Amino acid sequence: MSADVPSPDDQIFELEADVVLTSRARIARNLSGSPFVHRSDPEQCQTVAEEIRTAAECVDLPGSPVWIDLAEISNRHRRVLYERHIISRQHAEGHHPRGVIVDEDETTSIMVNEEDHVRMHTIAQGLQTDHCFDQVRDIDRSLETKLPWAFHQRLGYLAACPSNVGTGVRFSAMLHLPALSLTGDLKKVQNAANDLKLAVRGYYGEGSESSGNFFQVSNQVTLGCSEEELLEQFQQVILPGIIQYERSARRALLRQDRVGIEDRVRRDIAVLRSARLIKVDECMRRLSTVRLGVCLGILDDVDLRHINSLFVLIQPGHLHERVGDALSPREALVTRADTVREMLA
Amino acid sequence: MKCDRCNRPAIVHQIIISGGQHKEVHLCEKHAQEAGIPNPGKQPINKMLEKIGTIAVPLKATSVSCPQCGSTLAQIRQSGLLGCDQCYDVFDQLAHSMVERAQHGATQHSGRQPGQGPADRARQHERSRLLRALDDAVRSEQYERAAKLKHQLADLNHSKDVPDDNDGAGESA
Repeated sequence: MSADVPSPDDQIFELEADVVLTSRARIARNLSGSPFVHRSDPEQCQTVAEEIRTAAECVDLPGSPVWIDLAEISNRHRRVLYERHIISRQHAEGHHPRGVIVDEDETTSIMVNEEDHVRMHTIAQGLQTDHCFDQVRDIDRSLETKLPWAFHQRLGYLAACPSNVGTGVRFSAMLHLPALSLTGDLKKVQNAANDLKLAVRGYYGEGSESSGNFFQVSNQVTLGCSEEELLEQFQQVILPGIIQYERSARRALLRQDRVGIEDRVRRDIAVLRSARLIKVDECMRRLSTVRLGVCLGILDDVDLRHINSLFVLIQPGHLHERVGDALSPREALVTRADTVREMLA
Repeated sequence: MKCDRCNRPAIVHQIIISGGQHKEVHLCEKHAQEAGIPNPGKQPINKMLEKIGTIAVPLKATSVSCPQCGSTLAQIRQSGLLGCDQCYDVFDQLAHSMVERAQHGATQHSGRQPGQGPADRARQHERSRLLRALDDAVRSEQYERAAKLKHQLADLNHSKDVPDDNDGAGESA
């Protein structure tokens, strides 16, 4: 039987991209001598934002970064930044002086005045947490030469929330787990994650729901281990275990009901290629099945990168951006379906 | 078991590792007190309350506030957030229990410190590894191994003064 299974493009398995959509490393830092953001008035927030912006201008940050004042841009643009995971929802929806420094290829961003004065992160395709950490650590070291980070001899780097003290480092990966969802084994992953002190969140991180069978997994503990130990545990122990579990579930699904899986995948690509109106939840769900189909080698005429991009491009902010004007709910359904058909043509 | 210094029953039992040797100490309440060792059965109630954390709310609000950000104990308990770096010293006990709970029992930073270069980090990484191994060895009563690990830790601490060619390599300006 296995000889009949088409082999998907080997590229899909590079950097474990069949399961890991993106990986990320972030560092939280605060300035010594200034109230944390939630205790600061607008004037204090403005002063801190200017201090951090000035420091960033004085050091050599990679990728020709730009400063975006979030109070100066429209809701729609803030929404686009959020949908691209450049800023968090909390940062997009704030009302105090705040900003973000982002590089030209949108892989590294420094949120200023989010929950902490500085939250810097690097994001990469597939499993590259180590690469992300190298990048963001260099930025931290650069900024440290200009800014007095709040540091406590016993507790390490200080943060507003005790869950972020110590290293202030959080590693995360956006995992696509459609097979484990189908087999009902996701609960086991969540239980194991709790035991391993991991947080499992939805597509947009903290407070968000799972969508398209995407789950963001990250370390909960930031104190008591060095950055290297946290990274090693995350990238070399925890994630490979989950990735192998999902792959086993995918193989089991094919063995048990290949026709059923193919039928599901081919129906969903057919709907996506012909629909004229589509809601975001339905679109995420069908794209998730199609992504599974590509990774299993069932669909060989669909580019995995296009599918990955579509998960972002079908979101409301991006649809508005595409049209350049506010959309009615029905116009959003039409524009989303148009976007999907064009990408999958 | 009887006290090492009298015939009363011992209530405190300690293992002391020194110079590669381990020594057991058993003391009664009186002699433990004289030796400055707290009686585990008589832990002050406030120490227990620390562990309960935010559930235990004082009947009378304390007037202590942070001189830097103005946060009060009640505000920190309510929001679960510290107000600034000084709050961690001003509300030391509360901050400690909040951190311990949020960090699954961890209370000691063992990661990078400001200004540390790659060579310092490697040393710190090794120190952290040795400390954990020492803890394991003591817990499992492997005293010879524990003594060796203590020597390794001491060597590592002495090597701090030795200049490292790689120190600072790759550091950004």
